[in-house]
Amino acid sequence: MATFEITTRSIKGDLKTDTMILNMGPQHPSTHGVLRLELVVDGEIIVDVIPHLGYLHRCFEKHAEQMTNYQQVIPYVDRMDYVAAMGNELAYVLAVEKLMGIEVPERVQYIRVIMAELQRIASHLLAIGTYGLDLGAFTPFLWCFREREKILDMFEITCGARLLYNYIWIGGLSHDLPSDFGKKLKDFLKTFPKALKEINDLLTYNKIFIDRTANIGVLPADVAINYGCSGPMLRGSGVKFDLRKNEPYLVYDRFEFDIPVGEGKMGTVGDCWDRYYVRVREMEESLKIIEQAWEQLPAGDVHAAIPKKARPPQGEVYFRTENPRGELGFYIISDGHSSSPFRVKARAPSFVNLSVLPEISKGYMIADLVAILGSVDIVLGEVDR
Amino acid sequence: MTELLNMLIASVIPLLFILVYAIVILWTEIKVASHVQDRLGYMYTGGFHGWAQPIADLLKLLSKEHITPANSDKILFILAPVIVFAASYAAYAALPFTSTFIAANLNVGVFYIIAITSFVVIGILMAGWSSNNKYSLLGAMRSVAQIVSYEIPTALSILTVVIVAGTLNLQEVCEAQKGGLFNWNIFKYPPFMFIAFLIYFVASLAEVNRTPFDIPEAESELVAGYHTEYTGMKFAMFYLAEYANMFLVSGIAAILFFGGWNSPFGEFMSGPAWGVFWFVSKGLLFVFLQIMLRWTLPRLRVDQLMYVSWKVLTPISFANIMIVGLWAILK
Amino acid sequence: MTANEIYEKIKTKFEDAIIEFKPDAVVEPYLEVKPDKIKEICEFLRDEPDLGFDYLMCLSGVDYANGTLGVVYHLYSMKHGHRFVLKVKVPIENPVVQSVESVWKSANWHEREAYDMFGIIFEGHPDLRRILMPYDWPEGSYPLRKDFQVPEFYNGMKVPY
Repeated sequence: MATFEITTRSIKGDLKTDTMILNMGPQHPSTHGVLRLELVVDGEIIVDVIPHLGYLHRCFEKHAEQMTNYQQVIPYVDRMDYVAAMGNELAYVLAVEKLMGIEVPERVQYIRVIMAELQRIASHLLAIGTYGLDLGAFTPFLWCFREREKILDMFEITCGARLLYNYIWIGGLSHDLPSDFGKKLKDFLKTFPKALKEINDLLTYNKIFIDRTANIGVLPADVAINYGCSGPMLRGSGVKFDLRKNEPYLVYDRFEFDIPVGEGKMGTVGDCWDRYYVRVREMEESLKIIEQAWEQLPAGDVHAAIPKKARPPQGEVYFRTENPRGELGFYIISDGHSSSPFRVKARAPSFVNLSVLPEISKGYMIADLVAILGSVDIVLGEVDR
Repeated sequence: MTELLNMLIASVIPLLFILVYAIVILWTEIKVASHVQDRLGYMYTGGFHGWAQPIADLLKLLSKEHITPANSDKILFILAPVIVFAASYAAYAALPFTSTFIAANLNVGVFYIIAITSFVVIGILMAGWSSNNKYSLLGAMRSVAQIVSYEIPTALSILTVVIVAGTLNLQEVCEAQKGGLFNWNIFKYPPFMFIAFLIYFVASLAEVNRTPFDIPEAESELVAGYHTEYTGMKFAMFYLAEYANMFLVSGIAAILFFGGWNSPFGEFMSGPAWGVFWFVSKGLLFVFLQIMLRWTLPRLRVDQLMYVSWKVLTPISFANIMIVGLWAILK
Repeated sequence: MTANEIYEKIKTKFEDAIIEFKPDAVVEPYLEVKPDKIKEICEFLRDEPDLGFDYLMCLSGVDYANGTLGVVYHLYSMKHGHRFVLKVKVPIENPVVQSVESVWKSANWHEREAYDMFGIIFEGHPDLRRILMPYDWPEGSYPLRKDFQVPEFYNGMKVPY
């Protein structure tokens, strides 16, 4: 009798289930850098995600204040988003030029556009390749890197560096384009669409990949705007906003290109597949921009005519450009009598995009978190600065 | 005495085969992976395309330190890789390599193989549990769920062949497919045997934990799988067991559906020695197919994996076996 | 809408919260307001249909080196496409500003960073703790302040610089 009672009590009684805390620690193959995610899970379902940052904090903003002139900050800016360094330099240099009121020659502007767009393609190739790698597709990663090598070769013959360039300087550039740049660029423009088609066949329309990414991590448009998301995250949610068209800088208003927007082709608008597909389509659009820029490239001198230790007037500027990861903004305050910046604040796109992660991953499974994190496309150098 | 000697020889030959095959297939896998990924792969060790690299890898693994986690269950920890390999190896006993060599000519060969490969599950669970690691346990449980669920479509497709052949004895199944390419089981009762083969192939990918079903083993999202805490020779045993398993399921596919040790040309190029050649090459062909799939497809999520097994493969294989059974009766 | 028009609209409602409007600043005009009214002004800026500032571009902390800390808000309207800059100044002894986290969720992490780097306390922030520095960084030590001294010892290790 007693055993019967105990059995029924343990079957009917309150089975206390608890949530488990799992640590996706700073060292992990799928977190794209040193990011610690504390997951509160109920079985396999995520209840909460608490990101812990700061593992790559290198006090960039304090360093910028110690530099003797604005030019010396450029290598530091490179190292924020080390995957897409040209974009960082461009944003900083344009902000400083706006503060100083400098107008750069046309050739410089066109070359800057070509470099920025090449960098966009290289960065998206890395994002797509590592996204496939996170989900278990080992091959597209290497095919993407094969194409990225060609772009890095072009950067290397121009400024000598493959990853961190120190190329875009205040008022101009550090080197002019070498003589074989045109040939390499034309070869790349010819072979890249084919390579992109191969990668698309393997990954983008693969049924397993779609199953893993469609309807996962849905980010509604108003939540995206409220959280300050930008770049492919915002465009993947259906908001047609691109700084190159809405607030054109350099000579972007002279080119014809389209802004791809997530339409929920394989699932809901704003899911991981949409963000991924926006990146794929953006690469095609960048190709168009590069072609047009190369045709219209004027001749001229690229070296700057301003002194190294320039003293901008007292004032402040907030300038933003479209980085591959989103909107990179620099808020620079100058106090008018010193040649070093008073305050440089970098508004990094990955920092703001990452803050939406807890919101969009509630209720999904642990395996989906990797897919969501890959589609946010963060670089920890930017997040932590 | 000769009985004992015979038994010893019969059991050592598959072991030797597995060891040689593992070295070859390790090299093949990396080379195939590299060429699919548009790079070169092994090039230096031993000269021509790094053929000695797997041997070097083996020596390296043998020389590694054996680390046992502090709070782990020592006996289970050491026993787990042994059981995983032993289960896979025990199934080789019933494989007919050629018309005159089969280690154990069991009348219930098919049944024996299906039964003994379930021991692998026990080994994996032991590995995950004894590692004393939250994540290894998660990985091991996922693997157990996956293997157990996919045994049903596997068994059902194998049963389809049993209906056609009328016997559970693997040697007789091969004998019945004598006579050239179109006498093979895959071309009988078209297209249902072909469907049975497809289901068997997909389900066997899940049985050996290969992509797209490799949640338990690849750098799965959170865990590094049930063999995280293993080093040195124990890790090598897991690897060996995986490759042995791969050939096992490919070999069974070759025997049941593609004629086993029979030559596709009928009498030409057939005979006991040729039998080994045909059997091993058919098995290797399917192993090659498994390797190609690994480097092409992404991974399925755990619940999608379960969905495929229970809601797609099992109903189709049920329907398949019903139709083939009816057809065989009405014939 | 230009900055002047936006300023006029704010002035009609929050006359007493405005400290200074500089229309001729380099590079764009800004409006300085009182720190305890910033949340209401931001809510007004977001909800008013003509203004519609639904996007917080950047929220930065500044140390003005004269005994005041400041917070600068750069706002943008996705609907209308105009920008605006708000500023708030607080004394360094008691740096308390109202939090705008309930208005724009992106302010959550930006304010945590401003607290981490400058020590500005945001009233009403649901989770104000350090974000970039390690959690055991000494209380009261805020790296981006102009008078910041590198601590000599951290966790028992001597800091070499």
